[in-house]
Amino acid sequence: MTLSYYTVIILLLAGTIRVATPLILSALAGLFSERSGVVALGLEGMMLGAAFGSAAASAIYGSAWLGLLVGVSVSVLIAAVLSFACVFKKGNQVVAAIALNITISGLAPTLALAWFNQGNQTPGLTNSAQRFLEITLPWAKVSRTHPFPGLIYSELISGHSVIVYLAALLVPLSAFILYKTRFGLRVRAVGENPHALDSAGISVNKIRTQAVLISGVLSGVAGTYLATAAGAGFIPDMTAGKGYLALAALIFGNWKPYRALGACLLFAFTDTVATRLQGVPLPLIGIIPVQFIIALPYLMTVILLAGFVARPEPPKAIGVPYEKEN
Amino acid sequence: MSQSRSALYLRLEPFLLPVLNLGLALLVSGLIIFSIGENPLKALQVIFQGSFGSGEGLGYTLFYSTNYIFTGLAVAVAYHAGLFNIGCEGQAYVGGLGVSFVGLYLGGLPAWCVIILGILAGALFGAAWAYVPAWLQARKGSHIVITTIMFNFIGSALMTWLLVVVLIKPGQQAPESREFSNHAFLPSLKGLFSYAGINLGQSPLNLALLISLTAAVAIWFLLWRTRFGYQLRVAGTSPAAARYAGISPENFMLKAMLLSGALAGCLGLNELMGSQHRLTLDFPAGAGFIGIAVALMGRNNPIGICFSALLFGALVQGGGELAFEMPHISHALVIVIQGLVILFCGALDQLLKKPLRRIFTTTV
Amino acid sequence: MEIESHALELRGVQKRFGSVYANKSVDLTVLKGSIHGIVGENGAGKSTLMHGITGFHPIDSGEILVRGKPVNFKSTEDSIACGIGMVHQHFMLVESLSVLENVILGSEGGIFLNEGLHKARLGILALVKAYGLEVPLDSKVSKLGVCIQQRVEILKALYRGADILILDEPTAVLTPIEVEELFKLLRNLRSQGKTVLLVTHKLKEIMAVTDRVTVMKQGVVVLNVATVDTSAAQLAESMVGRPILLDIKRTAASRGELLLRAQALKVFDLSGVARLNGVSLDLFAGEIVGIAGVSGNGQSELLEVLAGLVKPNEGSLLCKAALVDDWVDITNATNGPRSRHNLGIAHIPEDRLKLGVVPSMRAEDNVRLGYEDKAGGDHFLTDPKQITRECLNLMDQWDVRPAEPMLSLDSFSGGNQQKIVLGREINSEPRILLVGQPTRGVDIGAIEVIHKRLMALRDKGVAILLVSVELDEILSLSDRILVMTSGVFTGEVSSSKASENGLGLMMAGIADKGGIR
Repeated sequence: MTLSYYTVIILLLAGTIRVATPLILSALAGLFSERSGVVALGLEGMMLGAAFGSAAASAIYGSAWLGLLVGVSVSVLIAAVLSFACVFKKGNQVVAAIALNITISGLAPTLALAWFNQGNQTPGLTNSAQRFLEITLPWAKVSRTHPFPGLIYSELISGHSVIVYLAALLVPLSAFILYKTRFGLRVRAVGENPHALDSAGISVNKIRTQAVLISGVLSGVAGTYLATAAGAGFIPDMTAGKGYLALAALIFGNWKPYRALGACLLFAFTDTVATRLQGVPLPLIGIIPVQFIIALPYLMTVILLAGFVARPEPPKAIGVPYEKEN
Repeated sequence: MSQSRSALYLRLEPFLLPVLNLGLALLVSGLIIFSIGENPLKALQVIFQGSFGSGEGLGYTLFYSTNYIFTGLAVAVAYHAGLFNIGCEGQAYVGGLGVSFVGLYLGGLPAWCVIILGILAGALFGAAWAYVPAWLQARKGSHIVITTIMFNFIGSALMTWLLVVVLIKPGQQAPESREFSNHAFLPSLKGLFSYAGINLGQSPLNLALLISLTAAVAIWFLLWRTRFGYQLRVAGTSPAAARYAGISPENFMLKAMLLSGALAGCLGLNELMGSQHRLTLDFPAGAGFIGIAVALMGRNNPIGICFSALLFGALVQGGGELAFEMPHISHALVIVIQGLVILFCGALDQLLKKPLRRIFTTTV
Repeated sequence: MEIESHALELRGVQKRFGSVYANKSVDLTVLKGSIHGIVGENGAGKSTLMHGITGFHPIDSGEILVRGKPVNFKSTEDSIACGIGMVHQHFMLVESLSVLENVILGSEGGIFLNEGLHKARLGILALVKAYGLEVPLDSKVSKLGVCIQQRVEILKALYRGADILILDEPTAVLTPIEVEELFKLLRNLRSQGKTVLLVTHKLKEIMAVTDRVTVMKQGVVVLNVATVDTSAAQLAESMVGRPILLDIKRTAASRGELLLRAQALKVFDLSGVARLNGVSLDLFAGEIVGIAGVSGNGQSELLEVLAGLVKPNEGSLLCKAALVDDWVDITNATNGPRSRHNLGIAHIPEDRLKLGVVPSMRAEDNVRLGYEDKAGGDHFLTDPKQITRECLNLMDQWDVRPAEPMLSLDSFSGGNQQKIVLGREINSEPRILLVGQPTRGVDIGAIEVIHKRLMALRDKGVAILLVSVELDEILSLSDRILVMTSGVFTGEVSSSKASENGLGLMMAGIADKGGIR
């Protein structure tokens, strides 16, 4: 039986949502950090730390929710170290983030081996309480039989992990916080001109630390998704560059929440299509190498950064430790 | 009295600080080992034994060190031009392609010729991979940290494609090329070391070690004994003063990145021509990132880099032994130590510097 | 009762950076409902004092009283709460935000913005009405001109309830018409009972708008008078007048051949404002031409153009080259600074630490900066011994202490650093020497040496262009003095006829004594 184009597209889109979720969460994390003027290269490490923390806690206590709590805590802890080094000690933000990413990529498997003794990974999460499984919304099964709009409901809207819905909520929430609250205004200001904030009597370090900690929370959710929803346990290097890809999406989205969401969906869609089209010849083009599609988001980001398409507008004060001038 | 004490401190600081920062990194690592329930001192002993205790261990230590000398130098050259090159991993990977082309297709030439061509090809491919981000930074202002990271991923995808589709040995599952012609095998250093009574055993230590040491000396010479090196350092330290002096910072940015990429590209000499004798998937295995730690630890000085490369070589080799001796400790512990060294030497370097300066140089 | 009429009072305020006093026992009284001017040269301690008053850099000792009550400001937050608002010279605005968002930043009035924005809009409209401060509230700040941006800054302060308003060099970025508008606004503010502190170095403005004026010099208050009781001449004297440090035995200049001719040079900055607005200049061998003027009137740009750091937008630049002894057009020379060296033009930059040296590098590496293709063995390979030897030579010639070529440059005193720069440029045996602020941050002993060397160089037939904010330096060294205001030369006097007061007046744009106009 061959699937109709319609069904294929719906399934591709459903796959896109699953792949996009950790990217979206991570890109939102990067959004807060970068808009406050702190380079968000630490996303990868925070996400990986959370993946390990959540998988370990879930394996030990048998609860995915406890896993989420621990995952987020680990990620926030890493964020705290990052802001200590970058915000308070005025260390080089890039070096600090890379250092933490490397440390975590070693520490997680080290602890996994020491605690669980099953190679460098955590035990598989087999019990359904240990994972954020896909939720089937009411009538989803019934509606499946009616291709339109039933299939859209059953495949696209229903049938995702609770974290997917959470991510969907967090995008407008983040945009609201950034553009409609006092804190968001201050974050946007501190990333552009910290002197303005300081002269208005507000602590630059405080706002930046808060933003980096929020970045930790969101990365924590992203990491938890990888280990307890998309996967079933922690395996070494399971983030596989998703933190950097999310940063690329953020840049691609010109440091704006909805555009970053669009970039995440675009990147995830190409990824899903690539998996689907592996070895399938396309008319006129032939077989597209899957590696080309994997590299595509990075290529697009470089081209965008080069200013060939549009002028990128990064936060002006990004990467510069704030010091009062005499 | 206190004047001379502070002068003495300032003279010692360049040596004292890296050692103290390394100490901090090792202390935290020790705490981690302790929390796992193992004895940190015992672990240290195992690492030392594993890396220097036998001829074979020493051979492996020096083999890994060779990789890190190349990538450490690459990071350092860029650093002196005021740039942070995180792209060594990708440059090394693509440089390996150049080395492989020589090994696969020009192996009919005499061995010395193949080796020289291998060096040139590795350097050329690595430099080419560094050039695009450098050009984008110099001419378009795109941040080189981001673009080099992107180029790591693009390079990795490119190499995977080449290995899976183009260069793969026919009739084989593993994504590897066929073996190089044996003219492209770098000579082992077993003979050389046996003169000193050291038996290198199965270790793949090869001529690339000497090439990397030569490169270190050459880079030191270039940076501190030539006009080019002087101009590069001025451009990297103070772009405004460079402009005043008629030195174009952008120009030197490009040149430094070409040199940096070329050095990273030489990694393939050691790994491919020296040991594996074929192009393999992901052969740099993080050496590009370790180069950052090596350069920071060696304070971006080629001589310092040789020593810190030795340290990291020993850590990687000894860490392997450690995982073997203490089944509770993962191979990955070495990565933790690397990360902590970068953290303390690179990002938290003010942590000790300021208090120490205050203690030793206060002249009220 | 008496004290009630004081908006602000300072008693014995001190502030130190390292071992240098930026403010030393400053006493100051500002009357309520007045415009109070604070004048002084660059580095006189005006900005530091204002930062002390606002708590941005809390003072070390002394007392600050606001409306008669002692206060202790730890941060700007405290001073804002006390009704003090500051408009910085470099605007503290976030360019990517709207005017409204900028105004409420820091006093948003609640967690959510909507309410605050609404309230702010009403409040600002009221202010706009009261003072006539028209601004487009919903535009991004980056889209506004500097004049409007300044209004936003003033609005910001007023919206926070400031009744003491500090303006730091507010006219530096404004056109004359905009300055008039600003003054009208300030008078309007005064009439509504607000107190204004106007920090500036432009005497004309002080005379035009203030009620009282305080002159600062080297961190201390040197004069404090009602504006009606003083004159621009008196202010100029107390601002720049100081005993001439040394008496150089001047010999009459023997002017030689013409070496450099600049014609109608124009330079525009990024926002299109003309920084040099048609400057013509002839430089002859064997003379020192001094450029006098309040800093920021185009002297720096003139130096940069002549030295090849900036290409002029208009005009031409000709130079008689040393090697071929013929005229060369260097208006658009590629790699300006390097090609200038080959023509025999050397440049001692105004900003020594930023341009003239690489502070973290060794002294011997700074001695060859810009001449590395000639010094230290003129090959690709350099000879470390020769580099050290050349550095030691220079240190010996110029009495640089300590004579240690390996020491990093930032461990030398300002005077010794400057000697290294001068030695480097003069040892290149230039025919034309461009000198900016040769004695800035230099101790008296070194000043004497530097002045003597420059005179000796002139006597050897070198053409020297001297830019300095130190009037006495200009007076004692120059054979010819050109006064620069707003990017043009507004006067020329020969040194025998020039006096400090006269020059001060010309600089302030109050008088001009003939010459080219």
